[in-house]
Amino acid sequence: MLLTTGSVGDTLKTYRAIFRGAGLDWFFDVGSHSIGLPFSDGRIWFPWNTDDITSQAASNLQQTLLLWTALVLTGLAVAFAFRCGLFNIGGNGQYLSGAIAAVLISTELPKVVNLPGLLLIVVSILGAMLAGAALAGLAGLLKGTVGAHEVITTIMLNWIVVWVGSYLFNVGGPLQTSGGAGAVPSSADVPDKAHLHTFWGDPLLQGLHIGFFISSAALVVYSLVLNRTTLGYEVRAVGHNPEAARYGGINVPRNYFLAMAIAGLFAGLAGSLDILGWQYRVDITTIQGTNIGFIGIAVALLGRNTAVGVGLSALLFAALQTGTASRNLDPTIFAPGVGGSLAVIIQGLVVLFVGADVLILVMLGWLRRGRSRRAPA
Amino acid sequence: MAIPWGSRGLGFAAIAVGVCAALVALPPVGTRSPALPIAFGLLAIALGLTFWLVRGERRIGGYAIAAGIVGLLIGYFATRSSTTKLDTVVVWGALFAAMLRYATPLAFAAIGGLFSERSGVVNIGLEGMMLMGAFFAVWGSDVTGSWALGVLIALAAGGLTGLLHAVFSISLRSDQIVGGTAINFLALGITSYLFFKLYGSQGSPSDLSTIPDVHLSFLGHGLIGDVFGKLNLMIWVAIALVFVTWIVVFKTPIGLRIRACGEHPRAADTVGIDVYAVRYGAVILSGILAGAGGAFLSIGLGSAFTENMTAGRGFIALAALIFGGWRPFGTAAACLLFGFSSALGVNLQAYSTSISTLFTALPYLLTLVAVAGVIGRTIPPAADGIPYKKQ
Repeated sequence: MLLTTGSVGDTLKTYRAIFRGAGLDWFFDVGSHSIGLPFSDGRIWFPWNTDDITSQAASNLQQTLLLWTALVLTGLAVAFAFRCGLFNIGGNGQYLSGAIAAVLISTELPKVVNLPGLLLIVVSILGAMLAGAALAGLAGLLKGTVGAHEVITTIMLNWIVVWVGSYLFNVGGPLQTSGGAGAVPSSADVPDKAHLHTFWGDPLLQGLHIGFFISSAALVVYSLVLNRTTLGYEVRAVGHNPEAARYGGINVPRNYFLAMAIAGLFAGLAGSLDILGWQYRVDITTIQGTNIGFIGIAVALLGRNTAVGVGLSALLFAALQTGTASRNLDPTIFAPGVGGSLAVIIQGLVVLFVGADVLILVMLGWLRRGRSRRAPA
Repeated sequence: MAIPWGSRGLGFAAIAVGVCAALVALPPVGTRSPALPIAFGLLAIALGLTFWLVRGERRIGGYAIAAGIVGLLIGYFATRSSTTKLDTVVVWGALFAAMLRYATPLAFAAIGGLFSERSGVVNIGLEGMMLMGAFFAVWGSDVTGSWALGVLIALAAGGLTGLLHAVFSISLRSDQIVGGTAINFLALGITSYLFFKLYGSQGSPSDLSTIPDVHLSFLGHGLIGDVFGKLNLMIWVAIALVFVTWIVVFKTPIGLRIRACGEHPRAADTVGIDVYAVRYGAVILSGILAGAGGAFLSIGLGSAFTENMTAGRGFIALAALIFGGWRPFGTAAACLLFGFSSALGVNLQAYSTSISTLFTALPYLLTLVAVAGVIGRTIPPAADGIPYKKQ
């Protein structure tokens, strides 16, 4: 990382720029402010100024937390499968199928029945979760029944979703709406009543929506399911040693299916929150260009597949991604366009080194050898 | 089996009948009655089913059934379509030439993957290795002014990326799939970073030296001439590579060693094969070959690098490898199939852009069906993906 940033400019300056770009300097403005209590008119003391919704720092931080909301979930999608010994590389496809399902349900369902907004949101989110679960569950099912490697099947499913999605929403596709000329081809817009409430910031400028709390809750659910339920115990047992688990009477194929399906639930949820929370439509650039599922791999690996770890590493990667996005960076420090690739390189390095436990052992070995050479005992 | 070739030969004949179901309805035959393709298709399905059930030839029988169904559908829809459109879509010479063009980058990467996986190292990083090759071919060709040196630099870049994968997956015994994923991230980041850094917003230099075509004018202007008359040099190299790979992997001691390391590394170690050395060699070679595929993409097919220009081809190559059952000719056939479906997909735009887009998903669906074991089971090398620790 130092190597790559070194050529761009002063390293410290670079970090500072990323930090600012991510909006984390918002936290430095500590003062006596107040925050409105939910479901009431009361206000209590709060150290940061939440009424500031438009300053550069605040809007950058909103961006970071928006990304965090999705990254936590795609990270959990990878982490949950990992705990069962499966490598879910299909977060992207599951995220997209969730997004597509959320758009379809929230735009088509009101044409059939007139649901109140909250119910429509709940149905859309549930539908999106099921879509993600179906896609991932298929990979788990194939792994459990015919032994097809989940990496291959999830990669294939990713691409199938990308191209079917492109077919649906690209120019001339059956679900593409007649947008203005020159605009990115996209789906119909999610009706206003199905939008998630934006509690901080301007809804039109991608403020922070209540999905943030759903993601936070998902971290707790993940931890509880994994550590406090029979299902979680079985999943972890299979992850440790499938042969031993089978010998112990655990149905391994069933757990493969369930672990993948639950992972798909998380990723599908991420897709629906992004759609109902701030994107309000699914467009062709998202379908063909998103890599949120892949960043989820880095999130899960760095977070060591624990709830706390995933939450923290999602924050790191969200800050990194937002902080290096070209529009948030000071152009005198970073050439625009370079920042994004920098974030990708860092993600790659994290995945590379986190995956190599032995590296630490090897380095410890060098240390020991070096020491024994200096002081023969 | 009593008559090994008889049974398989008949199976292949059934596949051919399935292909005929499509052919009779397409130019130059171009029958307009739907009865003929339906008859051929049903015949292929019946023959395939017979082999599956009676002879136990599940794989070939399955392919015959698939060929019958696909042939029947294509043939039927072709008879429903207008002749003028058919004539613009189905130009056999151009289609086959395009098939070879699309299949070549896949073939390089897939054959690379074959060496790596036959030696027991899963290579998800093919995509990243291709991308490195694609960028460094452009850079090398730009700096040196010669396509040959550009390709050499691309091979070196691919090989170095392969070496990185080898260090982590062989020496450090980290998870090979995680390592491969990291390679893909890194390659994407590094190539985009360098591309912006070196070429800024102007994009690739316009006067790049590119890999030349091989003109074989003596082939004339028939079908053969249209297909093979003006192919890029790298396409011929890829075709040769497939045959060489088959000889190396199955007919030489080196190939036997590679396969031994992939099937049972402990046994290989016991008889004195240096498992680490073989695996290192195979993984680096896979990087070099994937780099060649990338070089063909950037300075063979076109003359430019764009961010993430491989766009998943490394993964399709991986799919082709699995589809082809980790065998050189099977893998090449899968690459040709994927290449043909790409070529056809592009031509299908004459009907509608969205149909052509949907068609792009076909190779992935086929691979999914193949690994799902519907058409026979695909069995990887036994020790594929398992790090080996010397005792």
